[in-house]
Amino acid sequence: MNILTLIIAGAMLGVSVGLVFITVGKVAGISSIANGALARNPQQWKLAFLLGLVACGGLLFAFFPSSFSQPDLSNSGLIIGGLLVGFGTRISNGCTAGHGICGNARFSKRSILATLTFITTGALTVFVGGVL
Amino acid sequence: MKFLLLFIAGGIFSSALVLSEMTKPEKVRAFLDFTGNWDPSLLFVLGSAVLTYGVIFRVVSKTPKPIFESRFEVPQNRKITPKLLIGAAIFGVGWGLSGLCPGPAFAAIFASKGIFTFVIAIMVGMGLSNIIEKFKRAEDIASEL
Repeated sequence: MNILTLIIAGAMLGVSVGLVFITVGKVAGISSIANGALARNPQQWKLAFLLGLVACGGLLFAFFPSSFSQPDLSNSGLIIGGLLVGFGTRISNGCTAGHGICGNARFSKRSILATLTFITTGALTVFVGGVL
Repeated sequence: MKFLLLFIAGGIFSSALVLSEMTKPEKVRAFLDFTGNWDPSLLFVLGSAVLTYGVIFRVVSKTPKPIFESRFEVPQNRKITPKLLIGAAIFGVGWGLSGLCPGPAFAAIFASKGIFTFVIAIMVGMGLSNIIEKFKRAEDIASEL
Protein backbone atom coordinates (compact mmCIF):
# COMPACT_ATOMS: atom_id res chain seq x y z
CA MET A 1 0.00 0.00 0.00
CA ASN A 2 1.05 3.54 -0.87
CA ILE A 3 2.74 5.37 2.03
CA LEU A 4 1.03 8.65 1.11
CA THR A 5 -2.38 7.00 1.48
CA LEU A 6 -1.40 5.76 4.93
CA ILE A 7 -0.19 9.22 5.95
CA ILE A 8 -3.41 10.84 4.68
CA ALA A 9 -5.48 8.24 6.56
CA GLY A 10 -3.49 8.96 9.73
CA ALA A 11 -4.01 12.71 9.31
CA MET A 12 -7.75 12.07 8.97
CA LEU A 13 -7.70 10.17 12.27
CA GLY A 14 -5.90 13.14 13.83
CA VAL A 15 -8.47 15.57 12.40
CA SER A 16 -11.32 13.38 13.66
CA VAL A 17 -10.11 13.30 17.28
CA GLY A 18 -9.03 16.94 16.87
CA LEU A 19 -12.60 17.84 15.97
CA VAL A 20 -13.77 16.30 19.23
CA PHE A 21 -11.27 18.45 21.14
CA ILE A 22 -12.30 21.61 19.26
CA THR A 23 -16.03 21.04 19.78
CA VAL A 24 -16.40 19.49 23.25
CA GLY A 25 -12.85 19.83 24.61
CA LYS A 26 -12.52 16.14 25.44
CA VAL A 27 -10.09 13.36 24.65
CA ALA A 28 -11.62 11.04 22.06
CA GLY A 29 -10.87 7.44 22.83
CA ILE A 30 -13.04 4.91 21.05
CA SER A 31 -13.10 2.65 24.11
CA SER A 32 -14.31 5.48 26.34
CA ILE A 33 -16.83 6.58 23.70
CA ALA A 34 -18.16 3.03 23.39
CA ASN A 35 -18.26 2.65 27.16
CA GLY A 36 -20.21 5.92 27.28
CA ALA A 37 -23.00 4.24 25.37
CA LEU A 38 -23.40 1.85 28.32
CA ALA A 39 -23.95 4.71 30.78
CA ARG A 40 -27.38 5.31 32.23
CA ASN A 41 -27.37 8.85 30.84
CA PRO A 42 -25.09 8.63 27.79
CA GLN A 43 -23.36 11.85 26.79
CA GLN A 44 -24.80 13.11 23.54
CA TRP A 45 -21.42 13.75 21.89
CA LYS A 46 -20.30 10.16 22.49
CA LEU A 47 -23.45 8.75 20.92
CA ALA A 48 -23.14 11.09 17.92
CA PHE A 49 -19.51 10.09 17.32
CA LEU A 50 -20.24 6.38 17.69
CA LEU A 51 -23.23 6.65 15.37
CA GLY A 52 -21.13 8.43 12.73
CA LEU A 53 -18.38 5.82 13.07
CA VAL A 54 -20.78 2.87 12.71
CA ALA A 55 -23.01 4.42 10.01
CA CYS A 56 -20.12 5.57 7.83
CA GLY A 57 -18.35 2.23 8.30
CA GLY A 58 -21.51 0.41 7.23
CA LEU A 59 -21.93 2.65 4.18
CA LEU A 60 -18.31 2.13 3.13
CA PHE A 61 -18.72 -1.62 3.53
CA ALA A 62 -21.64 -1.46 1.08
CA PHE A 63 -19.41 0.23 -1.52
CA PHE A 64 -15.99 -1.28 -0.78
CA PRO A 65 -16.54 -4.73 0.71
CA SER A 66 -13.02 -5.78 -0.29
CA SER A 67 -11.55 -3.27 2.22
CA PHE A 68 -12.96 -5.37 5.05
CA SER A 69 -12.25 -8.83 6.33
CA GLN A 70 -12.95 -10.98 9.33
CA PRO A 71 -10.46 -12.31 11.88
CA ASP A 72 -9.42 -15.87 11.27
CA LEU A 73 -10.95 -17.07 14.55
CA SER A 74 -13.65 -19.43 15.77
CA ASN A 75 -16.68 -18.01 17.56
CA SER A 76 -15.15 -18.70 20.95
CA GLY A 77 -11.93 -17.00 19.81
CA LEU A 78 -13.90 -13.93 18.76
CA ILE A 79 -15.70 -13.82 22.10
CA ILE A 80 -12.49 -14.22 24.12
CA GLY A 81 -10.74 -11.58 21.99
CA GLY A 82 -13.60 -9.10 22.38
CA LEU A 83 -13.83 -9.66 26.13
CA LEU A 84 -10.09 -9.03 26.55
CA VAL A 85 -10.23 -5.88 24.40
CA GLY A 86 -13.28 -4.49 26.22
CA PHE A 87 -12.05 -5.35 29.71
CA GLY A 88 -8.42 -4.34 29.12
CA THR A 89 -9.17 -0.97 27.53
CA ARG A 90 -11.51 -0.02 30.35
CA ILE A 91 -9.18 -0.83 33.21
CA SER A 92 -6.30 0.95 31.46
CA ASN A 93 -8.56 3.89 30.44
CA GLY A 94 -7.76 3.83 26.76
CA CYS A 95 -7.12 1.99 23.52
CA THR A 96 -5.19 2.59 20.32
CA ALA A 97 -7.05 5.91 19.92
CA GLY A 98 -7.16 7.24 23.48
CA HIS A 99 -3.61 6.26 24.45
CA GLY A 100 -2.15 5.54 21.02
CA ILE A 101 -3.16 8.81 19.32
CA CYS A 102 -4.41 11.35 21.88
CA GLY A 103 -2.24 10.48 24.86
CA ASN A 104 0.98 10.04 22.90
CA ALA A 105 0.40 13.36 21.11
CA ARG A 106 0.24 15.04 24.53
CA PHE A 107 3.44 13.18 25.57
CA SER A 108 1.50 11.58 28.43
CA LYS A 109 3.81 9.16 30.23
CA ARG A 110 0.85 6.91 31.06
CA SER A 111 -0.16 6.68 27.41
CA ILE A 112 3.36 6.07 26.14
CA LEU A 113 3.77 3.20 28.63
CA ALA A 114 0.31 1.81 27.84
CA THR A 115 1.05 1.91 24.10
CA LEU A 116 4.39 0.14 24.52
CA THR A 117 2.68 -2.45 26.72
CA PHE A 118 -0.17 -3.31 24.36
CA ILE A 119 2.11 -3.41 21.32
CA THR A 120 4.44 -5.76 23.23
CA THR A 121 1.74 -8.17 24.42
CA GLY A 122 0.03 -7.93 21.02
CA ALA A 123 3.28 -8.89 19.29
CA LEU A 124 3.89 -11.69 21.80
CA THR A 125 0.39 -13.03 21.17
CA VAL A 126 0.93 -13.04 17.39
CA PHE A 127 4.33 -14.69 17.89
CA VAL A 128 2.98 -17.41 20.19
CA GLY A 129 0.03 -17.97 17.83
CA GLY A 130 2.46 -18.45 14.96
CA VAL A 131 4.57 -20.98 16.86
CA LEU A 132 1.61 -23.05 18.05
CA MET B 1 -25.03 21.40 15.15
CA LYS B 2 -23.00 19.76 17.91
CA PHE B 3 -24.54 16.38 17.10
CA LEU B 4 -23.82 16.81 13.38
CA LEU B 5 -20.18 17.80 13.89
CA LEU B 6 -19.53 14.87 16.20
CA PHE B 7 -21.33 12.53 13.79
CA ILE B 8 -19.01 13.81 11.02
CA ALA B 9 -15.97 13.29 13.27
CA GLY B 10 -17.02 9.65 13.73
CA GLY B 11 -17.50 9.34 9.97
CA ILE B 12 -14.02 10.72 9.26
CA PHE B 13 -12.61 8.22 11.76
CA SER B 14 -14.12 5.17 10.06
CA SER B 15 -13.30 6.51 6.57
CA ALA B 16 -9.65 6.78 7.61
CA LEU B 17 -9.65 3.22 8.93
CA VAL B 18 -11.15 1.91 5.68
CA LEU B 19 -8.75 3.98 3.55
CA SER B 20 -5.73 2.56 5.38
CA GLU B 21 -7.28 -0.93 5.44
CA MET B 22 -7.09 -1.08 9.23
CA THR B 23 -10.52 -2.72 8.89
CA LYS B 24 -8.60 -5.80 7.76
CA PRO B 25 -7.53 -7.65 10.92
CA GLU B 26 -4.81 -9.58 9.09
CA LYS B 27 -3.11 -6.26 8.22
CA VAL B 28 -3.06 -5.18 11.86
CA ARG B 29 -1.77 -8.59 12.94
CA ALA B 30 0.95 -8.30 10.30
CA PHE B 31 2.08 -5.05 11.99
CA LEU B 32 2.44 -6.98 15.25
CA ASP B 33 4.35 -9.79 13.54
CA PHE B 34 7.83 -8.33 14.14
CA THR B 35 9.65 -11.61 13.72
CA GLY B 36 7.69 -12.69 10.64
CA ASN B 37 6.51 -10.86 7.55
CA TRP B 38 6.35 -7.42 9.22
CA ASP B 39 3.96 -4.85 7.69
CA PRO B 40 4.82 -1.33 8.92
CA SER B 41 1.60 0.28 7.55
CA LEU B 42 0.09 0.92 10.98
CA LEU B 43 3.22 2.78 12.05
CA PHE B 44 2.71 5.39 9.30
CA VAL B 45 -0.99 5.71 10.11
CA LEU B 46 -0.37 6.09 13.86
CA GLY B 47 2.61 8.40 13.38
CA SER B 48 0.70 10.73 11.10
CA ALA B 49 -2.33 10.69 13.43
CA VAL B 50 -0.16 11.58 16.46
CA LEU B 51 1.54 14.43 14.56
CA THR B 52 -1.74 15.86 13.26
CA TYR B 53 -3.51 15.66 16.60
CA GLY B 54 -0.42 16.98 18.37
CA VAL B 55 -0.58 20.18 16.28
CA ILE B 56 -4.37 20.58 16.63
CA PHE B 57 -4.20 19.93 20.38
CA ARG B 58 -1.50 22.56 20.97
CA VAL B 59 -3.15 25.23 18.82
CA VAL B 60 -6.66 24.65 20.18
CA SER B 61 -5.44 24.52 23.81
CA LYS B 62 -4.45 28.19 23.46
CA THR B 63 -8.04 29.20 22.67
CA PRO B 64 -10.26 30.10 25.67
CA LYS B 65 -12.70 27.21 25.39
CA PRO B 66 -14.13 24.51 23.13
CA ILE B 67 -17.10 25.51 20.94
CA PHE B 68 -19.84 23.74 22.87
CA GLU B 69 -18.46 23.41 26.41
CA SER B 70 -17.17 25.85 28.99
CA ARG B 71 -13.68 24.34 29.33
CA PHE B 72 -11.22 21.78 28.01
CA GLU B 73 -10.96 18.51 29.94
CA VAL B 74 -7.56 16.91 29.61
CA PRO B 75 -6.76 13.88 31.77
CA GLN B 76 -4.64 15.03 34.75
CA ASN B 77 -3.82 11.58 36.09
CA ARG B 78 -0.04 11.12 35.92
CA LYS B 79 0.26 8.00 38.05
CA ILE B 80 1.68 4.86 36.54
CA THR B 81 -0.44 2.21 38.23
CA PRO B 82 -0.44 -1.58 37.96
CA LYS B 83 -4.00 -1.22 36.70
CA LEU B 84 -2.83 0.81 33.70
CA LEU B 85 -0.17 -1.71 32.74
CA ILE B 86 -2.24 -4.84 33.42
CA GLY B 87 -5.18 -3.40 31.47
CA ALA B 88 -2.98 -2.45 28.53
CA ALA B 89 -1.36 -5.92 28.59
CA ILE B 90 -4.78 -7.62 28.56
CA PHE B 91 -5.96 -5.37 25.72
CA GLY B 92 -2.82 -6.22 23.74
CA VAL B 93 -3.49 -9.95 24.00
CA GLY B 94 -7.04 -9.48 22.67
CA TRP B 95 -5.71 -7.18 19.96
CA GLY B 96 -3.00 -9.62 18.88
CA LEU B 97 -5.43 -12.52 18.92
CA SER B 98 -8.02 -10.80 16.74
CA GLY B 99 -6.27 -7.95 14.93
CA LEU B 100 -9.12 -5.71 16.04
CA CYS B 101 -9.13 -2.78 18.44
CA PRO B 102 -12.33 -0.90 19.32
CA GLY B 103 -12.26 1.63 16.41
CA PRO B 104 -12.01 -0.81 13.50
CA ALA B 105 -14.36 -3.25 15.25
CA PHE B 106 -17.12 -0.62 15.42
CA ALA B 107 -16.40 0.62 11.89
CA ALA B 108 -16.74 -2.95 10.59
CA ILE B 109 -19.65 -3.99 12.80
CA PHE B 110 -21.89 -4.58 9.75
CA ALA B 111 -19.18 -6.28 7.71
CA SER B 112 -19.58 -9.75 9.20
CA LYS B 113 -21.36 -11.74 11.85
CA GLY B 114 -17.98 -12.50 13.42
CA ILE B 115 -17.14 -8.84 13.98
CA PHE B 116 -20.64 -8.19 15.30
CA THR B 117 -20.05 -10.96 17.86
CA PHE B 118 -16.66 -9.40 18.68
CA VAL B 119 -18.25 -5.98 19.35
CA ILE B 120 -20.87 -7.53 21.63
CA ALA B 121 -18.03 -9.23 23.53
CA ILE B 122 -16.21 -5.86 23.81
CA MET B 123 -19.30 -4.32 25.37
CA VAL B 124 -19.66 -7.24 27.81
CA GLY B 125 -15.98 -6.90 28.74
CA MET B 126 -16.46 -3.19 29.40
CA GLY B 127 -19.58 -3.88 31.42
CA LEU B 128 -17.63 -6.39 33.55
CA SER B 129 -14.87 -3.89 34.25
CA ASN B 130 -17.48 -1.25 35.16
CA ILE B 131 -19.06 -3.66 37.65
CA ILE B 132 -15.68 -4.48 39.22
CA GLU B 133 -14.82 -0.77 39.48
CA LYS B 134 -18.12 -0.10 41.20
CA PHE B 135 -17.44 -2.84 43.77
CA LYS B 136 -13.92 -1.55 44.34
CA ARG B 137 -15.15 1.98 44.86
CA ALA B 138 -17.77 0.77 47.36
CA GLU B 139 -15.03 -1.16 49.18
CA ASP B 140 -12.74 1.89 49.26
CA ILE B 141 -15.53 4.01 50.71
CA ALA B 142 -16.33 1.31 53.26
CA SER B 143 -12.68 1.07 54.36
CA GLU B 144 -12.54 4.81 54.88
CA LEU B 145 -15.56 4.79 57.20
